[in-house]
Amino acid sequence: MLSKRIIPCLDVKEGRVVKGIQFVDIRDAGDPVELAKVYDEQGADELVFLDISASHEGKKTMIDVVRSVASELAIPFTVGGGIRTLEDIKETLRNGADKVSLNSSAVKRPALITEGADYFGSQCIVVAIDAKYDEEAANWRVYTHGGRTPTDWLVTDWAKEAVKLGAGEILLTSMNKDGEKSGFDLPLLKAVLEVVNVPVIASGGAGSSEHFYDVFTEAEADAALAASIFHYKETSVQNVKAYLKEKGVPVR
Amino acid sequence: MIGIIDYGMGNLFSVSKALERLGVDYKIGDRPQALGACDGYILPGVGAFPDAMKALQEHGFIDFIKDKVAEGVPVYGICLGMQLLFESSEEGGLTEGLGLFPGTISRFPGMDDQGRSYKVPHMGWNQLEIHQPDKPLMTDVKEDHVYFVHSFVVKTDDPSILYATSDYHMEVPAIIGRENLVASQFHPEKSGTAGMQLLENFCKVMCKQ
Repeated sequence: MLSKRIIPCLDVKEGRVVKGIQFVDIRDAGDPVELAKVYDEQGADELVFLDISASHEGKKTMIDVVRSVASELAIPFTVGGGIRTLEDIKETLRNGADKVSLNSSAVKRPALITEGADYFGSQCIVVAIDAKYDEEAANWRVYTHGGRTPTDWLVTDWAKEAVKLGAGEILLTSMNKDGEKSGFDLPLLKAVLEVVNVPVIASGGAGSSEHFYDVFTEAEADAALAASIFHYKETSVQNVKAYLKEKGVPVR
Repeated sequence: MIGIIDYGMGNLFSVSKALERLGVDYKIGDRPQALGACDGYILPGVGAFPDAMKALQEHGFIDFIKDKVAEGVPVYGICLGMQLLFESSEEGGLTEGLGLFPGTISRFPGMDDQGRSYKVPHMGWNQLEIHQPDKPLMTDVKEDHVYFVHSFVVKTDDPSILYATSDYHMEVPAIIGRENLVASQFHPEKSGTAGMQLLENFCKVMCKQ
């Protein structure tokens, strides 16, 4: 039976992890590779690195990070942020990443999803969707550019389209829940899980082990991503997994 | 010395770094001439079956691999590299494979015996069920979880080649072998301890590195 996946997410800027991560037991908390190792030891099933560098040099540095992570770890990882062309996808995957995550660039030019999937297979192409509830439409709307720009897409429509174009996985972030630590956005997840037949990673809202239980049992998400609760050591990957195991959720 | 077969379709970086962590010497070659007399070969692969067969042909590797297998040199196929070792695949139209293992490759049906649909690709950590623990490749390999990511799956009528399987709405061939030709559907270099153990067994037990 397939396990439910727990995925810590690391924001990387100019080659350094941002968001003041509080691990006292490592020498350099800003080093993405050091942190990746900590999460690997805790039993993380995958990692996501989100490159938020603005500069061209920062993007180049990200490739060095990808190479270092792939050199030292034996778990899969996804890289997102600033991947705009098939060349970017090739460079990221050839340097050891397992998947790329496409967000604004895929909304802007959906053919990028197909180009990547045709070249490397759907399993390498994750489409990340930032979703925010739109009261007027009584539905969730897709936002791009780090949540700053609303689009014309409804989340369920874009998710279906992305899968049709070749996405092998959806990383679904609830902007309403992000940072709230009040639990994942179960109605949003259910709405998307109902219309796609590829794995969905839940993101935004994790505050406790119970929240992971809910997202796996009630919404039936395939994986759940979190950043701050792991970074600030409010809990650890192994605590969450122990809790899930005790409650009968299949974990590695 | 392990030869990594480079026909333009693999994540060579991760697998070569995994060999470095094991302290195993390797070389990467994109022509048979560059990979002459190695003690064993790794055939990686990511992408589509027809493109991969075409690329193997263009790089002159088809007869090379068949000859090495006939000579009894250890060969390990990874992921798509495993599927290429079978007779044919239905991916992107019926394409002939290397025919070194009996069986064919087809897409996960996406629906089980009871008519319930399930997700394709098979993506994530799934547990190994080991059927032949005493093979050299399986030395100290436990029924751990390994990381799968694939939409196409092996179908074979020959259970003697199934070293290990995994359950995903059907029995999924996970580790395959016959004498010195072995393969895994998952990437050992991305599959934690169990995966690294397999790679180590291939290099150290089978290839005597």
